[in-house]
This record gives sequence, C-alpha cells and structure tokens, in this order.
Amino acid sequence: MAFLLTINGETHELDVEGDMPLLWVVRDHLNLTGTKFGCGLAQCGACTMHIDGVAARTCVLTVADSVGKNITTIEGLQSPQAMAVQQAWVQLQVPQCGYCQSGQVMSATALLEKNGNPTDADIDAAMSGNICRCGTYPRIKAGIKMAAAQFTNAAGAV
Amino acid sequence: MNIRRLVNAESAAVDSGRRSFLKLSAGASAGLMLGVSFSGSSASAQNAVADTALEMNAFVSISPDNIVKVLIKHLEMGQGVYTGLATCVAEELDADWKQVVCEHAPANTQKYANLLMGQQGTGGSTAMANSFMQMRQAGAAAKAMLVAAAADQWQVPAKDIKVSDGMVSHGNRSATFGELALAAAQQPAPDASSLTLKNPNEFKLIGQDNTLRKDVGKHNGTAIYTQDVKLPGMLTAVVAHSPRFGGKVKSFDASAALARRGVQHVFEIDSGVAVLATDYWSATKGRELLTIEWDDSAAETRSSNDILLQYRGLVDTAGAVAESHGNADHTLSRSSDVTELVFEYPYLAHAQMEPMNCVAQVNGDTAEMWYGCQSATGDQAAIANLLGTDINNVRINTVFAGGGFGRRANPASDYVLEAVRIARHVQGTPVKLVWSREDDMQAGYYRPAYVHKIAASLDDAGNPSAIHIRIAGQSIMAGTSMAALMVSNGIDNTSVEGLTEFAYDVPERQVELHSPEIGVPVQWWRSVGHTHTAFSKEVFIDALARKAGADPVAYRLGLLTNNPRETAVLKLAAEKAEWGTKELPEGWGRGVAVHTSFGSTVAEIVDVSVQGNTFKVERVVAAIDCGIAVNPSIVRAQVESAIAYGLSAALADEVTLTDGNVDQTNFHTYRVLRMNAMPEVETHIVASNNAPSGVGEPGTPPIAPAVANALAAITGRTFTRLPLKLA
Repeated sequence: MAFLLTINGETHELDVEGDMPLLWVVRDHLNLTGTKFGCGLAQCGACTMHIDGVAARTCVLTVADSVGKNITTIEGLQSPQAMAVQQAWVQLQVPQCGYCQSGQVMSATALLEKNGNPTDADIDAAMSGNICRCGTYPRIKAGIKMAAAQFTNAAGAV
Repeated sequence: MNIRRLVNAESAAVDSGRRSFLKLSAGASAGLMLGVSFSGSSASAQNAVADTALEMNAFVSISPDNIVKVLIKHLEMGQGVYTGLATCVAEELDADWKQVVCEHAPANTQKYANLLMGQQGTGGSTAMANSFMQMRQAGAAAKAMLVAAAADQWQVPAKDIKVSDGMVSHGNRSATFGELALAAAQQPAPDASSLTLKNPNEFKLIGQDNTLRKDVGKHNGTAIYTQDVKLPGMLTAVVAHSPRFGGKVKSFDASAALARRGVQHVFEIDSGVAVLATDYWSATKGRELLTIEWDDSAAETRSSNDILLQYRGLVDTAGAVAESHGNADHTLSRSSDVTELVFEYPYLAHAQMEPMNCVAQVNGDTAEMWYGCQSATGDQAAIANLLGTDINNVRINTVFAGGGFGRRANPASDYVLEAVRIARHVQGTPVKLVWSREDDMQAGYYRPAYVHKIAASLDDAGNPSAIHIRIAGQSIMAGTSMAALMVSNGIDNTSVEGLTEFAYDVPERQVELHSPEIGVPVQWWRSVGHTHTAFSKEVFIDALARKAGADPVAYRLGLLTNNPRETAVLKLAAEKAEWGTKELPEGWGRGVAVHTSFGSTVAEIVDVSVQGNTFKVERVVAAIDCGIAVNPSIVRAQVESAIAYGLSAALADEVTLTDGNVDQTNFHTYRVLRMNAMPEVETHIVASNNAPSGVGEPGTPPIAPAVANALAAITGRTFTRLPLKLA
C-alpha cells in the first residue's frame, strides 16, 4: 500500500505494509538512522519522534496511523529549544554510549517546547519513559536545566 | 578479570608497550591510510577523515589539511575511550585538541593488542591502564617526526624547535602539523629511548575536565552504530531461537513466512531458524509466521528456584578451597560467638540499550564484518575457525556500540558467529543480524546466580577473628578460551574475587567454591565477580559493626589499618558526605560500602528514604582512587554510570526461569533504573600520580551493599538478597 508521510517538512510516498511501525519506515526505507530501536514495545523511548509536536514512541505507531501527521525526527530538529538541548548535551558530556540519546534529546526538547522552566518533578515525569543503561540521568537533568536557563535568562523568551 | 594479575602486569605492560611500539614504528611507512567507510552511511563530517592522512605510526596519522587522526584500539561503548586515549596522544604531541579526531583501529592483534591481555580486546576496565604509556609514546614519536621534518626544512637544530597547540615553530618561522605531515611521515621512526615524555606537572590536557569528547555525533543522531550500518543489497536477518537453552530445531514449516512480503530466505542454522528480508519489520513478521517444533532432549528445563535451592544445599557442604589462612574451621567450631549469613543473587541480563546485532558478508573463505566489536582477536579467530580460513581473511570494521557492560565480549562469539553462519548461507550478500529486545533478554549469557554462606567468629572486642566463606554458582570462565588463564585447581577466580584477599584484617580465613554445571549460558557483567562478592563482604561487615554497636565507618577503619588506600578513600567519602555530623530528615538512613576492583578503590555513602514498604535512594557520595584521572569529567561520568547500573540490579533487575523458560521478555518485566529513581551523585577523585587504573567498573560493586546497609540502618534488619525488597 502507498502512504504519504510528512517527515521533517518533506512529503514522502512509501509503498509498505500498513502495519509497519513508523520507526522502521524511517530507518529502513528513508535511511534516517538517527532514531533508534531499543525495545519495540514503547518501553524505552529510544524511538522517540515528535508527532504534531508531541514526543511519541514510534516503534508502536503504524505507518497507517502516521498519515496526515507532522512528523519530526532527530534529523529534523530546528527549534531554539532543540538547539539549546543539543548544545548542553555536548557541553556537559551527557552521552556515553549514546544509543538512547536521540530519544532523550527528542523528549527533552518536547518538554522544553511546552515548559520553559521545568522543575525536577516535571523532568522526571517527562523523561522517565526514556531508559539510559549508561545512567546518564544526572547529566540529562543538568542538561535540560542548562538549556532551560538560556530561555529563562533571556527575559522570558519562552 | 583477574585484576591482581592485571595490576601486577602494569609495570611490565609499560615496558612491553615500549617494545611493541618500537617494532611498529620501525615498520611504519608513509603509505596512505584508508578510512573505514560505509556506503550510504551518514557519519558526521568530523568523523569522515580525509583518505590522505599520512601515517606517523600505528596510532597517529596527520593529513595535509591539519587533522590529527588517532586510531583507537579499544571499543568505544560509552566509557569514553576515544577521548581518553586521544588525550594521551594529544598531550605528548602538543596538538590542538580541536584538530584531533578518532577512529576505531582495525582488527589486528599484532598492532593493536591490549597489552594486559596479549590480544586485541576491551574489558576488565583496562583500556586506559594498558594504553596510558603506549598512547603517550605514540604522540611523542609523531611529534619528534614533525620536529625532525621542520629541522630539515628550516636547517636549524631540532632541539631549538618548539611545538605547542598544534604549531611547530622556530624564531619567526612556524608551520602547522598539516604543512609538515608529508615530510614528517618520511622521517625515520624515532628510537623510544630518545623520546622524553612529560612530567605530570607539564600536562596541559591530562587531568583537565574541559575537553570535548571525541565520540561525536551522539547528540544529533549522526553517530553510527551497528544498527545503522547499511550496505548495498544488504538483507536483515532475525532468528527464531529455542525457547529453552540447549533446545534444537526438530522441524519447521516456512511456507507462510516465505509468502510474507519482503521475506527472501528462511533456513535453519545451528542456533535456530533464520529469516532474511528486505527490512527488519518484514523479517520479524516472517518469523511470526514460522511453525517450529523444538527438540528439548538436551535442553535445560529447570527453574531458577530449583537452581538456587541446589546452591543453598551446596553451601552446606565443603567446596574446593580457593584460599586458606590459619584454621578458620577450627576457630569457628570453638567459638561461642558466631555470626552467619546466607546471601542470594539472581541471574542478571546486561540489557544494553542496543540489542545485539552484527553485519557480516562472506565470500568463500573471506569475511568482512561491521559491528561494535569488543573482542577483536577472539571474534576474528572464531570466524576464521568457522570458515576454515586464515585470521587475516577476516576483516572487522568496528563501529560505536550502544552499551556493552560485558555482553559484547562473548567468549563464544555467539552473536557474531550467528551472523557469519547466516551470511555464509547467502554468499556475497551482506546480512545485518538484528536481535529484538526479547531475543536479547532471553539469549542468556547472564551474570550467574549465586548463593554465599559466610560465618565469622568474633573476638572480645567484636572484631572478626576467623571467617569462613562458601560460594556456589556457575563458573564464567570454564569452557572458554580464557579458562587456562583464569581457572586453576578448579577455582575460577572470577567466582571468588573480592572475597579472596579479604580487604579487612581477619587473621584466619577460608574461602571455598562450588561451580556446578548448569545449562544456562553465563558471562561477565560489569565488575564480574565483584557484583556479588562486594555485596556479601560489605553487608556482612556492616552486620558485624551493628552487632558490636560500632559506627560502620569507624568499625571498617579499625579493620583496614593495613590497607592505606581503602582507608584514605573511605575517609574522603565520609568527610565529603559529612558522615556522623550531617542530620538526616525523618525516615532517612545512611549506609556505606568500600571495595577495590580493577586496580581502583571506591567508597560510596548512600542516603535512603523509607516510606512504608517502599524506599528511594536519594543521594550518593562517592570517592575513587583510580590513579591519575586522565579526564576527571569522564571518571565522574563513569562512577555515575557504574552506580546507576549497580543500583538498577540492587532495586529490581532479576532474570528468572520457569521450567527452563526465561520469564522476562522486555523492559516491562525486566525493570531497569529510570530517571525518577536516579539519586543525586557526587563524585570525589583522590589526587594521585600513580598510573591510571580501572574506571568503568569499580563504581558498581559498592552501590548495592551501601543501599542495603542504609536500609539496615533504618530498619535494623540485614538484607541478604538481591534485588532488595523491604517486604
């Protein structure tokens, strides 16, 4: 079956089975490999993309259900919040093995786009769906706060 | 890993490093180095080093466009080895950190052996310990060649030429490394004895925090892992494995699978039935359509409860003696004051974020591989053996690994050979073997389950006068190629390390071991034997302290008078955590543990809050002595990581079997640590001029006992089973 998907602002026509999760469409058919496979069960968050601006687990979202949505992958991040998050990630040396970090960056960005000054509890709530076996959690938390500070310090830009 | 052997080998390693380095340098030519490239990959620009790089030696090449490329002989799996080893090279080369890029070295045991292992491989927290001198010498040798080239060009004495921040200069003249690279590569390799390495007080990079990591692209999705490798014509393979360990395919029907769109091949291999398709999802759906009958006649069919029951019986009987000082049995039998505890540990899965995978292409008697290769020489030999070919016909391209924690260094090369067996069946076609999370979780190679029984007699002052330790659990090393090195007189050192050479001063000691054979595949897991021995040791000592009515830190210090290193680290942690002086909120408790592994000592002090039958680890203060901290930020990151990994096992991780079937399938049943359970971690590094020792693993052993001891401080109960449960 053919499906029309809008990914990172571009429209793609894909001829795949309708039950194929968006994750595998993007990785195997569009060759965008920044989004990772970790569990296939929406348990680990490695596959997180933004669907209409909301962080979503795409290993359980079928291509059929992705039609008509505005899909953003790590490759398509552009917002000031995303740039701030990525900058903080490098500066604080957040990633270790790095395999989960695309998903972490996507979740962190979605959080900051909604809440420019998250508390520890907000961060725990938004980020606990993303597993990191290297245990970079303290630096992820610090990274989100560092990124948030860019906006709160800039006279409430968010 | 046998750290005693490793540490003793350290000084020798420096010497042998020099020798092998010299040999390599002598053989180095000015030939062009070819970078590893993947068609269709999107490796970041910074990683895509120009193919014109000129080789200075086996580890360092410099391109005319002024990029210094460092070849990294170890697998980067998050531990920061790219950054750490490149720091050592850049320090002695006086390079500008910004001009340095890293790339994995190819599999080549002659050039790239781990000097503590005698073959190319990563593990045992040895990457920095074995590379510190070798990498510095590689940097210093390259610098000498740049200086010699400049001396020739400028007709000035080499000794008057300065090198700093990536510039070579003499008076008003200066040149970049890139400008001198061609001429430098034609200089003879310098004699090692002519190289003068810096004194620690001259270090500009070593010991500094503010160096950007060199494993780039992990914040924006451009870093390439095995999962991301794509080759022309590549197929994706999944395998239906036996539900039970040791089960075999009796018969299967592939007709429905072959009718699924995208499925190209279905065939039997040693480990199950392989399904190859044009993409992962199609392969997975094809696998679901297989009908397989399994032959369980040789399979392990016991439950983990049966296995632990067997172990509890074993620790009541005499085992093989691993260590004996004095006559502990005799002293214990005559003592009226004996403390005895039985400890129990489950199987543990590594559950690294990137499920196991491997890309292989086989053409007759040659194989080319792409994966996060941790045991280059071991895997290369296993592949060559399978294909009946020479090791030099096996080319391995190493990419980043999405975590390892021991799993990727499989002594049987299990997942690697599975990929090769599949690729051999479809000659010439590149195959990416991908395990689902369920495949990964249920594939075994777990940290073994163990039962320990420890008894000690106490003297009048409440200190242990004799201790008797019995351990029952599978040997990790038995049957592997490392058995000759690691198992002697029936004792696998990795089963007892941490309880032998008892850190506390106890005059009479006996350690015995039972190593039953069980059909569940086992393997090392971050910090190996110390994952369980440190828990028993530190919980037991804490129980003795409570019994004596003593402060847990003071009690330990009293038994560590012959152990200045653990004393210093424990004191540092206690001071930083304000042990004994800081007031804790209502319902909070504090626990401590200290342990030495992989040449490094770590103490951790943990604050835990209890509410009803639940608890939360609120804060950890850690102190580590790891010799020179090449990059303190990475040392702290590794301690944080080691704590998180060990805490996950302390709180929830557990693999169980029912009638031989693994009960856990994915992260909803194997419940690893998440952000909301992560404590604050504060790490303090002991200042040291000693050679660097391990950092990746030593932070793991103390965390579980420190948490158990904090719970004991609140509840008065002694916790002897992992994972920890209040009720």
